[in-house]
Amino acid sequence: MKRIVLMGNPNVGKSVVFSRLTGANVIASNYPGTTVDFSRGRMKLGGETVEIIDAPGTYSLEPSNRAEEVALHMLQEADVVINVVDATNLERNLYLTLELLERGIPVIVALNMWDEARHVGIHVDERALEELLGVPVVPTVALTGEGIKALVSRISEARPSDRIRPVTEDERWVTIGAIIKQVERVEHRHHTLWDRISDMTITPLTGIPIAVAVLLFAFLLVRLIGETLITYVLDPFFNSLYLPLIERLSEWLGPGILHSILIGEYGTDINFIESLGLLTTGLYVPLGAVLPYIIGFYFTLSILEDTGYLPRLATLMDTVFHRLGMHGYGIVPLFLGLGCNVPGALAVRNMEAKKQRFISATLLAIAVPCMAQTAMVFGILGPYGFHYVVMVFFTLGILYLVVGIILNRFIPGESPEIFLEIPPYRRPSIRAVAKKTWMRIRWFLGDAIPYLFLGVFVVNVLYVVGFLQWLGDVLSPFMHMAFGLPGEASIALIIGFLRKDLAVGMLLPLGLSAAQLVIAATVLTIYFPCIATFTVLIKELGIKGMAASASIMVATAVTVGFILRIILLGV
Amino acid sequence: MGAEISLSDLSPGIKATIVALHGGHGFQRRLRTMGIREGKTIIVVAKQPFGGPLVLEVDGKRTTLGRGMARRILVRWEG
Repeated sequence: MKRIVLMGNPNVGKSVVFSRLTGANVIASNYPGTTVDFSRGRMKLGGETVEIIDAPGTYSLEPSNRAEEVALHMLQEADVVINVVDATNLERNLYLTLELLERGIPVIVALNMWDEARHVGIHVDERALEELLGVPVVPTVALTGEGIKALVSRISEARPSDRIRPVTEDERWVTIGAIIKQVERVEHRHHTLWDRISDMTITPLTGIPIAVAVLLFAFLLVRLIGETLITYVLDPFFNSLYLPLIERLSEWLGPGILHSILIGEYGTDINFIESLGLLTTGLYVPLGAVLPYIIGFYFTLSILEDTGYLPRLATLMDTVFHRLGMHGYGIVPLFLGLGCNVPGALAVRNMEAKKQRFISATLLAIAVPCMAQTAMVFGILGPYGFHYVVMVFFTLGILYLVVGIILNRFIPGESPEIFLEIPPYRRPSIRAVAKKTWMRIRWFLGDAIPYLFLGVFVVNVLYVVGFLQWLGDVLSPFMHMAFGLPGEASIALIIGFLRKDLAVGMLLPLGLSAAQLVIAATVLTIYFPCIATFTVLIKELGIKGMAASASIMVATAVTVGFILRIILLGV
Repeated sequence: MGAEISLSDLSPGIKATIVALHGGHGFQRRLRTMGIREGKTIIVVAKQPFGGPLVLEVDGKRTTLGRGMARRILVRWEG
């Protein structure tokens, strides 16, 4: 199959062009041997199906990080390259364009953000540019779809340039200067309202209060979406439609092992969180309790990303993150991790230095609860009072800072400074946001349900054979001494390795006090990431790095659990 | 003819011209491909406190750059 690769600088709307070209059938996957994710899709082109690949954004073909290396690899497998160029920013975008053309591959240029360029007074003569580059140039507005048809119809005209020859870096800049002089005319422009807003969000004095407000609003939006879905869609479904079905199944099955595994203990009321059956807890926790918040979270995050707010947040937070051995970009794994730790762990790779990646990954595993866990913590502690929920998250927040400062001091290695582009604010495309949200949710579904099923299954089997009771007895003295918890809580810790949300749910039947629940929920978050995150982190950090990271996690969990025990329960 | 100073010493809101880039070859290329090149007019939009990064504007485009990196950019101030 013919392969078309989309290449371009970061923030030029490449993914929007991609989603315009491909429609619904898109697969996000990791590039072989790396954790760099990219999207792949298909489209019809003149009766033939071709594969389209959205390569990671890159400024040049001399890679300066893993994602750019991957982009370079993809280029080598391309039959045709669609070079997406930001028309508002032609000069620096042309550097990559020239590098591509120098390689003699068939290229077509999409001159994207055409409307925005005109709006800010930048006029580009696309015919002259086409003439000078020796390949087709098509103006597009991916956001509205304008020009996409023309782009598709001209893909067949993509060809190696007969105008551009390989030159040195300095000569390349000279060529770019000459091209710009001939094709671009810039009108003087005044600062717009958006410029002024952009200034305000990045100046510390006004930027920090705005950041707090934005985050607060984001948090409320996640809750609003999650709770609306639960109240109006999922609870009615599970309570009115699904529950009667399960009750009938329960009667039909009667007591026995099968009943215990599928539904839970026979003869007790069916409780979707506590029953621990495959069809009760195993289905309800991921779909009924967690999924709504995941939807809300990723929707909100995608909006924050697509408006261009995140780089500003990273800039404002840089000073803090620098003290923790990272730079402002560290906010991204933290944020993603609040949804699900797996994409958070994947985002760690975007930091350049090993030290930064190690610290970011370790802090993620220790102090960042995923949405699944957050939902459960709210669920079990909320009824005792909101201040108990706050205790858990406050402890984790403090830990993020304290452990970060300590790691920064003791982990050897450099941590480079922040260097990132601040894109202008843009109206997010509903289409792109919806697509991104859906792809991330699919990640959660593919990941959560199998592990939760496995978790519930393992618990039930171990329960039936009596292993869990035995283990609870053995660990009882330790759990009691260190954390002031009953031995059975150790079962939850073991299950926490499979799914944290399930583990938090398992604390409910133990009849713990609110203070004990705070300790258990906090320790559960810190001691280890779930198995899915664990696997990704091994890939990111290597076995040795992960072993070091894991020992830090366990040590932190024991220390913090013990301190909380002293504070909340006394000696 | 204004004085040549390092970008990190330039006050926010003042126009200057980039005179020279220092540092490794890769670092210089990264600056250039992000639009920060000799001869360009540059403005510091904001300075984050406590040795935090600078936000720069070149050709109407903004970039966040660590303080240490900014020290390696030499500018001529037109004041």
